[in-house]
Amino acid sequence: MTTDSTAHTPTDGQAGDEPAAEPGGGMTRRAFVQWLGAGLLVTVAPLPAAAQPRRPRGGGGTGKIAARVHIGKDGTITVMTGKVEAGQGARTELAQAAAEELGVPADRVQLIMADTDRAPDDGVTAGSRSTPSTVPAVRQGAAAARDVLIQLAAARFAIDARGVRLADGKAIDPASGRQADYGELVGENSDVPFAAAVPPGVTVTAVKEWKVMGRPTPRAGRRDLVTGAHRYPSDIQRPGMLYGKALRPPAYGARLKSIDMEAAKAAKDALAVRDGAFVGVAAPTLRAAEQALDAISRTAAWEEAPALPSSAELYDHLRRHARGGVPANPFADELAKADKKLTATYHVAYVQHAPMEPRAAVAEWNDGKLTVWTGTQNPFGARGELMSAFGLGADKVRVIVPDFGGGFGGKHQPDAHIEAARLAKAAGRPVLVRWTRAEEFTWAYYRPAAVIDVQAGLDAQGTLTSWHFVNVNSGGAAVESPYRIAKSRSQYVPSASPMRQGSYRCLAATANNFARESAMDELAVAAGADPLDFRRAHLDNPRLKAVLKTVAEKFNWAARSGKKDPRLGVGLACGTEKGSVVAACAEVAIEGDRLTVRHVCEAFECGAIVNPTNLLSQVAGCILMGLGPALREEMQFEKGRVLNATFWKYGVPRFTDVPELDIHLLNQPDQTPVGAGETPIIAIAPAIANAVFHATGRRIRTMPIRLAAEGKGY
Amino acid sequence: MDATILLTVNGKQRKVTTDPQRPLLDVLREEFQLTGAKFGCGEGRCGACTVLVNGQAVHSCLTPIANVQGKSVVTIEGLATGEKLHPVQEAFLAEEASQCGYCTPGMVLATVGLLARTPQPTDEQIVAALDGHLCRCCGYTNILKAVRRAAQPAGRG
Repeated sequence: MTTDSTAHTPTDGQAGDEPAAEPGGGMTRRAFVQWLGAGLLVTVAPLPAAAQPRRPRGGGGTGKIAARVHIGKDGTITVMTGKVEAGQGARTELAQAAAEELGVPADRVQLIMADTDRAPDDGVTAGSRSTPSTVPAVRQGAAAARDVLIQLAAARFAIDARGVRLADGKAIDPASGRQADYGELVGENSDVPFAAAVPPGVTVTAVKEWKVMGRPTPRAGRRDLVTGAHRYPSDIQRPGMLYGKALRPPAYGARLKSIDMEAAKAAKDALAVRDGAFVGVAAPTLRAAEQALDAISRTAAWEEAPALPSSAELYDHLRRHARGGVPANPFADELAKADKKLTATYHVAYVQHAPMEPRAAVAEWNDGKLTVWTGTQNPFGARGELMSAFGLGADKVRVIVPDFGGGFGGKHQPDAHIEAARLAKAAGRPVLVRWTRAEEFTWAYYRPAAVIDVQAGLDAQGTLTSWHFVNVNSGGAAVESPYRIAKSRSQYVPSASPMRQGSYRCLAATANNFARESAMDELAVAAGADPLDFRRAHLDNPRLKAVLKTVAEKFNWAARSGKKDPRLGVGLACGTEKGSVVAACAEVAIEGDRLTVRHVCEAFECGAIVNPTNLLSQVAGCILMGLGPALREEMQFEKGRVLNATFWKYGVPRFTDVPELDIHLLNQPDQTPVGAGETPIIAIAPAIANAVFHATGRRIRTMPIRLAAEGKGY
Repeated sequence: MDATILLTVNGKQRKVTTDPQRPLLDVLREEFQLTGAKFGCGEGRCGACTVLVNGQAVHSCLTPIANVQGKSVVTIEGLATGEKLHPVQEAFLAEEASQCGYCTPGMVLATVGLLARTPQPTDEQIVAALDGHLCRCCGYTNILKAVRRAAQPAGRG
């Protein structure tokens, strides 16, 4: 159940695969210029380190049981994972997974997450992979530990291992009533009995035997969230720590020509660092750092890049730069013969993740070893970036990821980690760099914008005969149609994004599903069919049909879709991605140009449910987060300058946007659990667009969906 | 020019000599190590930095430290009594109203401020009081439930 997505496999095929440029420009020259009070010093950094080690995905590579599970002499159970917690619930779910196998309640298991010195590399926390990959890896490690405990208990009780029972942190010999705590069994150091590798065929508990998994389980660590005791990355404080800021260019692609670093002296005890394209300051308070940055930035001269496209001409730009051109419809002959045809283009704007906690990192150097606390979905990747940036081996860089304030696919590159490490190195003191909201809106990467062409034909019976679907720029996630069509091709074509783009909750599946489900609605209308019946007639996937059936019944689709009212419309959409299936109905109210979503009913199924409490939060969160890009969110820019880099101008969903929510979770105990933090987002936008059509007869083919012909944009 | 500001924070007298225009948020976090109030936007549009000043919820990121001279500031760290949580904190726990939790301190304090002046708010009053607070995990429904729960008098509901 991760609330994020991955851009690190070729199949994702989206621009997040490209190594991201450092905000503010790449590094060309490596020299530090610094001062603290008086004195000037120039150092030259070593060459970048060798290639980074190969990365596992999801949960492999733990090897020894001891790398996954530790049991203290006092019975404390600690599980190590490279996954991160950003609100999506991995900490709780992975504790449940280990607890299930070890026969203890979930709150008996502590997790060490995403500490590169202490936890195995479980890959990026992305792509909804924690549930299908890391949960099994943790279960296997814990099950192997369980088997060792049983063997130790059997030896101690001098009975056959099959006679040992485990319950609530104790091994029991039911015949004699003897008991031994896990802590007693493992002795001084559980690494000794847990030295063996996790056996490949270790048996995990069957779903029907689950006592901890599958049960509503409250969020691990939640008390510290309501007391303020939890330390997020931006809350980390180290002795002697300074506050750092990085200089940003005035526009995308601008290069620094000159700057007067001495100007930073205007702020008390400030230090300024120039390292190739990186310019930053650090000071004992954030305010002094802001003043120092302001002082040097006034002296900066920039060379701006040749004119970049503005958001107003973005879609033309993306189409023009489609790699190899936009492919022609291979089924043109079929389409020509069709009884009814659809040719339509859909657009999806760039949007920002805007996590509550902006990028932040604390860096500290001790005897040549660098430790960085930061919020990232990719802790081992961040370590690799630091190794490259500073020419260090893996043993000289430690990345620790405290549970952080939201990722949504937006923190694959933490960015602030290298900035903080540069400043800390120059200062000889720990440095915290925390981005501003404007920096986060401007320099963090966006969900890719999309131009999507659809051509489809129907025969006289209203059956789809051909389908050609081309996504330009935004990605290949869920690009394939789940519908049965005799001749069908769906493609993703990269383009030249003028802005930094990358992962976002469910990647391009939202854009692709918006276009496909809008087109299916248009085709249903052309066929004279009910949108629900039309979809059902073209679907084979029984799981997708099941969620459609559920949502249609719960929403009372048949009755509500039969009513015609220009001020009230209902729409339907469904989809499948990352192994789960979703269907949604939406009701919208229309008053002039004002569009309000009044009711959303969604059915979702992701196999056997691991934690119903968190699953409900994830599905509700996806629906509500999805309202933003559906209705309002759009990054606007002109000549490389972002125009709406504030919450004032970029309207993310608020309390007043919350519609009546009606969520139905379908449990499938015989299906392997898959992730759930992403797919529930993909049905909301097309359901709204289809509801707008139902009310008004107007087909709006652009996200955000606006009734005004020329939207103000925010 | 630095100024010396006297204020009460979570019931304790505090003194700080600093730039009088420095935000209260920075002073709480950097000088008093009270990191419960969060930076979210710096524009008063997300509510993550909310603290109570003389019982009123304010954006500490937009409040110069000089403005709280002689006033009483309560942060999320000052809400519980020893191990005993404030009823609003209990309500947030009971309704699973935190996901990443970064917005939680601001949401909790805004609720405390609301209930102090409107002990039995309607849903419209709750939404009006909290609409300046963002939750990007979009846990709005559980937060609303938590506020409703906290607003119920003990022994009812």
